[in-house]
Amino acid sequence: MTALSAPVFRHGEAPAPPGPLVSLRGVEKRFANGTLALAGVDLDIAPGEFLSLLGPSGCGKSTLLRLITGLAEPSAGRIAWAPGHEERRRAIGFVFQDPTLMPWATALDNVRLPLRLAGVPRAEGEARAAAALARVGLAGFERAFPRELSGGMRMRVSIARALVTQPSLLLMDEPFAALDELTRHRLNDDLLALWAESGITVVFVTHSVFESVYLSTRILVMTPRPGRVVAELRHDGVPAPREAEYRTSAAYAALCREASHALAAATGMAP
Amino acid sequence: MNRGEALLRWAAPGLLGLGVLALWEGLVRAWAVPDYVLPGPVAIARALVADWPLLSASLLVTLEVAALALVAAVSVGGLLAVLFAQSRWVERALFPYAVVLQVTPVVAIAPLVLIWVNSVTVALLICAWIVAFFPILSNTVLGLNSADRNLADLFRLYGATRWQALWLLRLPSALPYFLAGLRVAGGLALIGAVAAEFVAGVGGSGSGLAFRILEASFQLRIPRMFAALALISACGIAIFALLGLVQHLLLRRWHESALRAER
Ligand SMILES: Nc1ncnc2c1ncn2[C@@H]1O[C@H](COP(=O)(O)OP(=O)(O)O)[C@@H](O)[C@H]1O
Ligand SMILES: [Mg+2]
Repeated sequence: MTALSAPVFRHGEAPAPPGPLVSLRGVEKRFANGTLALAGVDLDIAPGEFLSLLGPSGCGKSTLLRLITGLAEPSAGRIAWAPGHEERRRAIGFVFQDPTLMPWATALDNVRLPLRLAGVPRAEGEARAAAALARVGLAGFERAFPRELSGGMRMRVSIARALVTQPSLLLMDEPFAALDELTRHRLNDDLLALWAESGITVVFVTHSVFESVYLSTRILVMTPRPGRVVAELRHDGVPAPREAEYRTSAAYAALCREASHALAAATGMAP
Repeated sequence: MNRGEALLRWAAPGLLGLGVLALWEGLVRAWAVPDYVLPGPVAIARALVADWPLLSASLLVTLEVAALALVAAVSVGGLLAVLFAQSRWVERALFPYAVVLQVTPVVAIAPLVLIWVNSVTVALLICAWIVAFFPILSNTVLGLNSADRNLADLFRLYGATRWQALWLLRLPSALPYFLAGLRVAGGLALIGAVAAEFVAGVGGSGSGLAFRILEASFQLRIPRMFAALALISACGIAIFALLGLVQHLLLRRWHESALRAER
């Protein structure tokens, strides 16, 4: 049994380009204290894409993710889901910057949590949670408690938990920002592999140009005060999973330069 | 921690205690202090052995009150905490009354309780409960409100019911706080029971350690008085240690407080 079995759209055989999975129109978020965190955000999330939101801290990336999850409501504009995905709460996986695990529960119980909340019977839940743990390379660590795991392993548990419900959309809020570089690179590669084989749609928040270029098929550059999307970069050309040398290739360097310029121009543009 | 260190940890307070006892005995003998002023440790131990049937029966009575009061404190304090955690308004409305109960000295309430309640045992129980329940209530409320925000969001995202969030998130988050409160409450239950017994001052066969202390002081049996006192202290220490063990067993796999630094 595979933990993920969403249809794969990306490989080009689909007859017509499917409509967006989620589309945001004129979305604005003003907090009760008056802070305008987002203004006029138009955004379509295409099925199967790996979309990065790139921007300095404070530009509203986390706020945007929370709006997509439905944990917060926009103060203006609307967020629409593709038909068949209206049950969006069940169709979303979320990964925070911290692993956000329950310290009193084993890795298996942590991963099983979403299924448990949905009323999935224990035996089935445990089987699916174990499969999800195996997919992120943590087979054999089912009985470990979070504090017995390294930072990278905890993040893997967190990813397994996000994937266990077989969501169509995976939202990740700077998930690897607190990890060392080697661990981060390995998790980047494993995440790409998961994405490529499952066809899941990923929205990935980062403030790292390199990470966004390495991972994404599309990058949206954001600026603060108020948070808005100011530039878009696409590169569907690079095959996933990446070759080992990709990080040192000229093509990667060129894309990074392009993204850096876009970010610099965007942040210079901000008032 | 290596074995030597572990040994030292127990040996240090033990040796200190023995030294103090020896000094005490020595001084009492050197100055020939009479037993009715200050008995030495040997005289106290002798009284403890001689009066053991009487003292142990009283000890059981006091311990029973303290234990029942602790059970009541855990159930009522825990339930109230869960109720408080359901809404800020409930907490705001009720918490001041819990504080009033907490700050009023039990020796001042005990006479009233003794008048209102027919059974002395029940009255003692109520007094000990009043002293013991507050740390459980306040700690558990704090713990229930300390659940990780992101985890709480995650529960909402997955459509958790209020009950699921309570059972799977807020109660486990509150457990370390509850256990810290329990450890304090254990000692307080004993103190409350003894204090209320003093006020009640009831004699007879079913009386607790506090009455034995009063009785011994009227009869100038000071060694017996000290023996009863030593028993109360020993019980307090035992309760504290026992609850510490419970705390350790429940938290050792996951909570920071139970971690031993690994080198
Ligand atoms: N609950 C809140 N109340 C008020 N202001 C907030 C709240 N959450 C975020 N903000 C503000 O909104 C802006 C965007 O925040 P955030 O989405 O966290 O940015 P990012 O994730 O890009 O760093 C920041 O200026 C932040 O201070
Ligand atoms: Mg953020």
